[in-house]
Amino acid sequence: MTEFLQTPLGILVLTLVQALLLLVPLLIGVAYLTYAERKVLGAMQLRRGPNVVGPFGLFQPFADAIKMLMKETVIPTGANRLLFLMAPMLTFTLAMIAWAVIPVNDGWAIADINVGILYLFAISSLGVYGIIIAGWASNSKYAFLGALRSAAQMVSYEVSMGFIMVTVLICVGSLNLNDIVNAQKTVWFCIPLFPMFIMFFISTLAETNRSPFDLPEGESEIVAGFFVEYSAMSFALFFLGEYANMILMSAMTTILFLGGWLAPFGIEPFTWLPGPLWFIIKVVAVLFVFLWVRATFPRYRYDQLMRLGWKVFLPGSLLYLVLVAGVLVAMGWLPHAA
Amino acid sequence: MIATLAFYVFAVILLVSASMVVSARNPVHSVLFLILTFFNAAALFLLAGAEFLAMILVIVYVGAVAVLFLFVVMMLDVNFAQLREGFQRYLPVGATIGVVLLVELFMVLGGWKFAPEAASLRFAPVTPGVHNTAQLGRLLYTDYFLLFQASGLVLLVAMIGAIVLTLRDKGDGRRQDISRQLARTAADTLVMVDVATGAGMKDVGILRPKVAEPEPVAAAHDHGHGGHH
Repeated sequence: MTEFLQTPLGILVLTLVQALLLLVPLLIGVAYLTYAERKVLGAMQLRRGPNVVGPFGLFQPFADAIKMLMKETVIPTGANRLLFLMAPMLTFTLAMIAWAVIPVNDGWAIADINVGILYLFAISSLGVYGIIIAGWASNSKYAFLGALRSAAQMVSYEVSMGFIMVTVLICVGSLNLNDIVNAQKTVWFCIPLFPMFIMFFISTLAETNRSPFDLPEGESEIVAGFFVEYSAMSFALFFLGEYANMILMSAMTTILFLGGWLAPFGIEPFTWLPGPLWFIIKVVAVLFVFLWVRATFPRYRYDQLMRLGWKVFLPGSLLYLVLVAGVLVAMGWLPHAA
Repeated sequence: MIATLAFYVFAVILLVSASMVVSARNPVHSVLFLILTFFNAAALFLLAGAEFLAMILVIVYVGAVAVLFLFVVMMLDVNFAQLREGFQRYLPVGATIGVVLLVELFMVLGGWKFAPEAASLRFAPVTPGVHNTAQLGRLLYTDYFLLFQASGLVLLVAMIGAIVLTLRDKGDGRRQDISRQLARTAADTLVMVDVATGAGMKDVGILRPKVAEPEPVAAAHDHGHGGHH
């Protein structure tokens, strides 16, 4: 058996099994995130949320999935058919393939690569294509306006996200996600890098087009923005992609700032829980804040969004980066790469 | 074996999509093929062991530059019939320039000789035991620090140039001044009015917000018709 796993075919089979082990819980997580969002929003707005299908409405996601599958995929006249259908698939695929490098426990990543954080950054910067292609291929004004907004928005917030990642990286001395988590054994990075943690979280809101930065879909001005023309499964893929992206960004926040799979303080009662469970708990906590923000804040105006990205986060993250680098060099704490 | 196969697959897709970039009729398709080309180039970098370069290629070119390309190309209203009109007329000039460039390239490359020491290094730039990220960092920030800084300055100048060329600020746009807005209190903007039942708003008139600081000239003169100011 172990010999078989060394052959190319064995490696392929092993990777497929690992991918399934990761993706099936992830997709179930995505389904129940949609449920959790409606329940949390309901509770915060003094409503009940979905409670009809199954006990506590627990089968609601499946009912929605069946509804989506049964509906007709409408392709508007003048739309570019190939690109129109490719865009949702692209969004969904990108949200999935990023998980290849996420370690849920020490060394538990499908691909434990040296440049893991760059890979994540690269994949998350590609997310804009699904939206911009959808907006263009729909041959609709509203969809196109949504696509333009999202292109500018996502490119803007990536800049400060990049600086924040660099700050974490100079504290770690490695681009490997496993090393990044292991470097937080003494203290999670959310404590010394607290302002960066907040900025990173807000940037992930903008990066996933979640409220209060959901201008690309802004249903009160441009109907539903880039996916106004989508229906049935093609819409469902966008929807799932958005939620999978939320989970991905929460996982990224967890790995960069909240110590990944590490138990808090690394002391007794906390270490009884296994690492993956801690990872999931932290991701769920961050996801709850995503939903909480949605229930709390009104949508930003476009100029406010751009101001926040370019005039607040960019100089702020750059300043903190210089500060952190200065402190590390002055105190001689700079980690040395292997 | 698998690496060789992967190389040929990526190389073939790269060349085909690169030729599609120039031959596709729809400019948006051209940009999408360009993105495919970038991806395959990144894959080739990966096969050569240059993982850092591969990721940076995707982040910078696909994640940022190509997005702006796509952005611009989607906004273009290109009339292709008009574009192809002059094709016959300009063909001789274009072909001549192309041929001259090609001949020059051959002349330069034909006389190029590699130093014997470099030839052995040429195909194996990977030092075992050191990540290529660390190697690149050492090279850029230690050995070629000044050149690196100078290229950064060149980019800065280009950026400032672009901003100066495109900025048309006449000063009459409506701007949100965050500090001024945060300094406002309810007492500055709200006024409580007792309105008698059945009298309506006739006596009170239209209420206008108080203006704390001197307003721009354009806005100053139409505050007269309310009751209170």
